[in-house]
Amino acid sequence: MEWYLMGMVAIIAGAMVWPLLAKRHAVWAGWLSAIAPIGIFCWLLTQTKNVANEVLPTWTAEWVPQMGISLDFRLDGPGLLLSMLITGIGALILIYGGGYLKGSPQAAPFFAFVQLFMLAMLGVASADHLLVLFIFWELTSLASYLLIGLSHSELAARKAALRALLVTGTGGLALLAGILILGSVGGTYSLAELQTKGDLIRSSPMYLGIFVLVILGAFTKSAQIPFHFWLPDAMAAPTPVSAYLHSATMVKAGVFLLAKFYPILGGVPIWHDTLTVIGGVTMLLGGILALAQTDLKKLLAYSTMSALGTLVMLLGIGTDLAVKAAMVFLVVHALYKAPLFMIAGVVDKATGTRNVTLLQGLGKRMPLLGIAAALAAFSMSGLPPFVGFIGKELLYEAEIHAGHYSLLITCLGFAANAINVTVALKVGISPFRNRGELPDINPKARKPSLLIGPLILALAGALIGLFPWLLGEGLINAAVRDIVSQPVDSDLKLWHGFSLLLVISAVTVVVGVVLYIFRDRVRAMVGLVLQKIPKKSSDIFDWGLARLIEGAGMSTRFFQHGNLRLYLVVVLICLSSLITASLVSTGFAGMPQSGPVRFVPVGISLLMVMAGIAAIRSRSTVMAVLAMGGIGYGVALLFALFGAPDLALTQVLVETLTLVLFALVMRQLPPIQAYSSTRRRATDLGIALTAGVALTIALLAVRGATIPDAERISAEMATRSLPEANGKNVVNVILVDFRALDTMGEICVLAIAAIGVAGLLLGSGRRNVQAELAIATPLFRTAVSWMTPLLIFMSIVLLFRGHNEPGGGFIGGLVAGAGLVLRRLASADRPPDAGRQPFLYMAAGIITALVSTLPAVFLQRTFMEGVWIGSLWLPIVGKTKFGTPFLFDIGVYLVVAGVCLLILTRLIRGETLKEATHH
Amino acid sequence: METILILLTGFLFTCGFYLMLRRNFTRLLIGILFISQAANLVILVVPGLGPGFSPIVPDGATRPLEGHPDPLPQALILTAIVIGFGVIAFAIVLLKKAYHGLKTDDLDRLKETDS
Repeated sequence: MEWYLMGMVAIIAGAMVWPLLAKRHAVWAGWLSAIAPIGIFCWLLTQTKNVANEVLPTWTAEWVPQMGISLDFRLDGPGLLLSMLITGIGALILIYGGGYLKGSPQAAPFFAFVQLFMLAMLGVASADHLLVLFIFWELTSLASYLLIGLSHSELAARKAALRALLVTGTGGLALLAGILILGSVGGTYSLAELQTKGDLIRSSPMYLGIFVLVILGAFTKSAQIPFHFWLPDAMAAPTPVSAYLHSATMVKAGVFLLAKFYPILGGVPIWHDTLTVIGGVTMLLGGILALAQTDLKKLLAYSTMSALGTLVMLLGIGTDLAVKAAMVFLVVHALYKAPLFMIAGVVDKATGTRNVTLLQGLGKRMPLLGIAAALAAFSMSGLPPFVGFIGKELLYEAEIHAGHYSLLITCLGFAANAINVTVALKVGISPFRNRGELPDINPKARKPSLLIGPLILALAGALIGLFPWLLGEGLINAAVRDIVSQPVDSDLKLWHGFSLLLVISAVTVVVGVVLYIFRDRVRAMVGLVLQKIPKKSSDIFDWGLARLIEGAGMSTRFFQHGNLRLYLVVVLICLSSLITASLVSTGFAGMPQSGPVRFVPVGISLLMVMAGIAAIRSRSTVMAVLAMGGIGYGVALLFALFGAPDLALTQVLVETLTLVLFALVMRQLPPIQAYSSTRRRATDLGIALTAGVALTIALLAVRGATIPDAERISAEMATRSLPEANGKNVVNVILVDFRALDTMGEICVLAIAAIGVAGLLLGSGRRNVQAELAIATPLFRTAVSWMTPLLIFMSIVLLFRGHNEPGGGFIGGLVAGAGLVLRRLASADRPPDAGRQPFLYMAAGIITALVSTLPAVFLQRTFMEGVWIGSLWLPIVGKTKFGTPFLFDIGVYLVVAGVCLLILTRLIRGETLKEATHH
Repeated sequence: METILILLTGFLFTCGFYLMLRRNFTRLLIGILFISQAANLVILVVPGLGPGFSPIVPDGATRPLEGHPDPLPQALILTAIVIGFGVIAFAIVLLKKAYHGLKTDDLDRLKETDS
C-alpha cells in the first residue's frame, strides 16, 4: 500500500511540476507525467493475486485522533478495479492530453487539474474511512469544475462548470449527511467494519434517511435521472477531460460508491426498486437522447449516461450475476468509451468539426486511427470476439435472471443495447467510411501521442475478448466477492455455445444497424418528440437557481439594511428580551453580596454620572469629548482605589492619548447637530434605558453567582507567580507568561489597527515644512529636548520593573510612544510622519516576541512557557530575573511604542497639512 | 460597594447605548468609548473588589496578601484598554476621513453612499 500512496504523492508533486514544463513542451509533459500512474498501475498488477486471495493492502495513520478520524486506506476488489482504470486510462489520457493541448494556454492548467483529479480518484478508490473518502469525493467534484471550465473565457463553459459543481456538490453534501448518520448508527466510520454490520444498519429506523442521502450523492455524481443534465453540458471541457472524467472514471465514482455501500445498504426492497427503476429509466432515456445528437461528443455523452444507468440498474438487481455483469461492464465501457472520446477529439482537430453528418472518408487519410475506431466501435456494439460481447452476454444473462419484471428489464436493456450499436456505428465507423471526396487533414492531428491512447485501449478490448483470463477471474471475482460479501467463482467466457443469449445478441445488432441506416429519419423523429417536452430538468434547475439567488438577495437586503441605528435597536431589544426571559424563568436572586461602601469611590461615581449626563446633553463637541475624558479618568481613579495600579497607569496614559487624538480632529468637525426629532430621542432614550436596566440586573445576577476566590483559576496563578514565573506583579506575569499567547495575539491586533490608521491617512497630501515649523516653537523645542530623554528613561524603568511592581511593556510602551512623538514634533528637520520608523518598531517588537518563544520550543517545553537564565542587579529597579517572558515584554513594549508613534505622527501630519491649506 | 459600582456601569452602558443611537458620528464614537469604559469596569467589579491593595507579592512572601483582588480580570482589562485605544484611533481617523470625503457626519446619509 505504501507504493500506492507514494504514487499518489508523486502525482500531486507532478501536478505542481509538469504544468511548468507543459507551457513550452506539452508533449514532453504528457509522456513524463504518465510515469507515476504507470508505476501505480504496475504495482496494482502485482497485487491482483493478493486481493483475489483476500489479502487486502492496507495502510493507516492517525489524522485527528481526538475525533477518531484516521487516514485509513484499504484496497478491496472494486477499489483495485477502479484504481486500475484510473491509472491505466489516466496515463494514456496524460500522453494524449499533451499532444492535444500542445501550444494551448490550457495545457498547463490541464496537467495541474487532471493530476489533482487523479489523486482525488485514487483516494476515493482506496479510502476506508468514510470522512476521508468524502474529502476525496468532493475533491473530484472540484477538479471536475476546474476542468470543465478550462476555457473560462467562454460563457457556456463557465455555466456548464458551475452547473456540474452545484449538482455534484449538492449531492456531496447529501452524502456527507448520510455518512454522518451512518457513522452514528454503525458506531464507526470504517467502511470495512460497516460492511460487516449491514444487518444492524438495515434494521435501523434511520435506514431510509441514510439510503436517500447516500443515493443522492451517488446519483448526482453518476448523472442519473433527474440529475443527468450536467453531464452533456460538461462536454464543454477539452476532449481529454471528457474522455477521462466524464466517461471512464469520475462518473463511475457514483457507481463505485453504490457498490461499496451494497453490503451495508443493499438487499432491501427499496434499494432494489429505486436503483432498478432510476437506472433503467436513465439507461433508456440516455439512449433515446443520444439518437437525437449529431455532435460526436454529445453522442458519446448521452450513451455514457445510458451506460451509467445500466450499471446502476445492475447494482439494483443485485444478484451475483448482475453484480458480476456490472463489474465487467464497468471495465468494458471504459475500454471502448475512452478511446472513442479520444478519437472524437482527434477527428475534431483534424477536420475542425464534430458533426457526424459532415464527416466522411477519414479512414483513408488516417488508417491507424480508423482501425482503433473500428475496434472500439465493434466492442461497443457487442460483436464477438471483442470484450464488449462478453459484457453484453453477461448483461442479458443478468437481466433475464433478474427475478421480478425480468421481461421488462430485458426489453429495456435490449433497446439500450440496440441504440448502443447505432451510436457505435455513428461515432466509430461513419466518419471513416469513404463516400467520395477525401477531406483535408490538419497535420497537427497526426501525432503519435494522439494515436497511442486510443490504439492501446481498443487493442486491449479486442485482446481481452479473445483471452478473457487477461481480465482475470481473480480481479472480477474479487470485486464481486467484496460487493456481495461471499466468495464467487465463475469464469469469463467468450463462447457460450448456441443459446437464447446469442440469438438476442444477434437481433440487437441487426436492430442497431437498421436504426443506423435510417439514422436521419430516426433523429428527426426523436427531435420532434423532444420538442414536445415543455420543461427539461436543466430548465427547472436554472429556474430554481435563479429564485434561490433572488431569495438570498431579498433576505440580505432585509437583514443587512445598512442602517446602523436599526441594527443597534434590534440588538438592544433582543438583549433586553433575553435577560427578561431568563429573569422570568429563574427569578431574581436578590441583591448580591457587596463590600463596605467607601466614601471616595462614591464621590467619584457621582462625578462620573454628572459627566455622563453632560456628554449626552451637550451640543458642543469639545464639551462631549471632555465629559468622555472625565469618565475615563474616573475609571482610572477607581482602578487605582481598588488595587489595580497597572490598570490605572495604562488608563491614564491611554485616556490622555485619546484626548489628544480627539483634539487633533475635533476642530474640523461640525458642531453636534440635532438630526433627530424629539419623539425619536424619547424613543431612543426608552430603548437605551430598558437595555441599561436589563443589563444592570443581569450584572447584579452575575455578581451574585461568582465563585469563591479560592476556586478560581487565578488563585493558582497568584500562588505560582513568584515561585514558578519569578514575578511579584501577578498581573504582569499573567500577561507575559501564563497567558502570553493571548498577549501575542493582542499586540498583533494592535499593530494591524495602527497600520489600518496609517492606510486610511495615506495620501493626505505633501509635507508642509512651514506648518511644521509653526508647531515647533523654540520654547516647545527646548522643553522637548529635556522631556523626550526623560520619558524614554522612565519608560525603560517601567518596562524593567514591570515584572515585580506596577509597570511593564504596555505601560512602558505608551510612555515611550509619547516621548517619541514629542521628539518628532520638535524637530523640523526630520519628516514628522516618522517615515518607516514606527513600522520598524512594530516589526522588531513582534519578531522579539516570536523569538522569545523559541527557547521553550527547542527545550521541548509547552509553547510560550518561560525559560529563565539568571538575575542581574540594576540601578533603580533592583535585582531582576531575566528570561524569555522579559524578552517577550520587550516585544510588547516595542509594538506599543511603534503603534503610538505611527497613529499620532500620521494624524499630526495630516493636521499640519490642513493648516497649510487653510492659510 | 460592588452594587453601587454595578449601578454606575449600568448608567454608563445606558449613556453609551443612547449615544450610539444618535445620528452624529461623533456621538456614536463617544458612545462606543462609554461602553468600552463600562465594560472594563464591569470586569473589575463583578469578581469582587479587594480591600485596596494590589495583587503584588510583598517582599519576603511567596504569594500576594490574603484577600488580594483577582489578578486575572486585571490582565484582561489591561489588554482591553490598549486594544480599545487602537480601535478608537482607527474610528477617529475614519470619522475624520468620512467627514472630509462626504461632507456630512449624519449616519443616515452615510448609509446612502455605502456601496
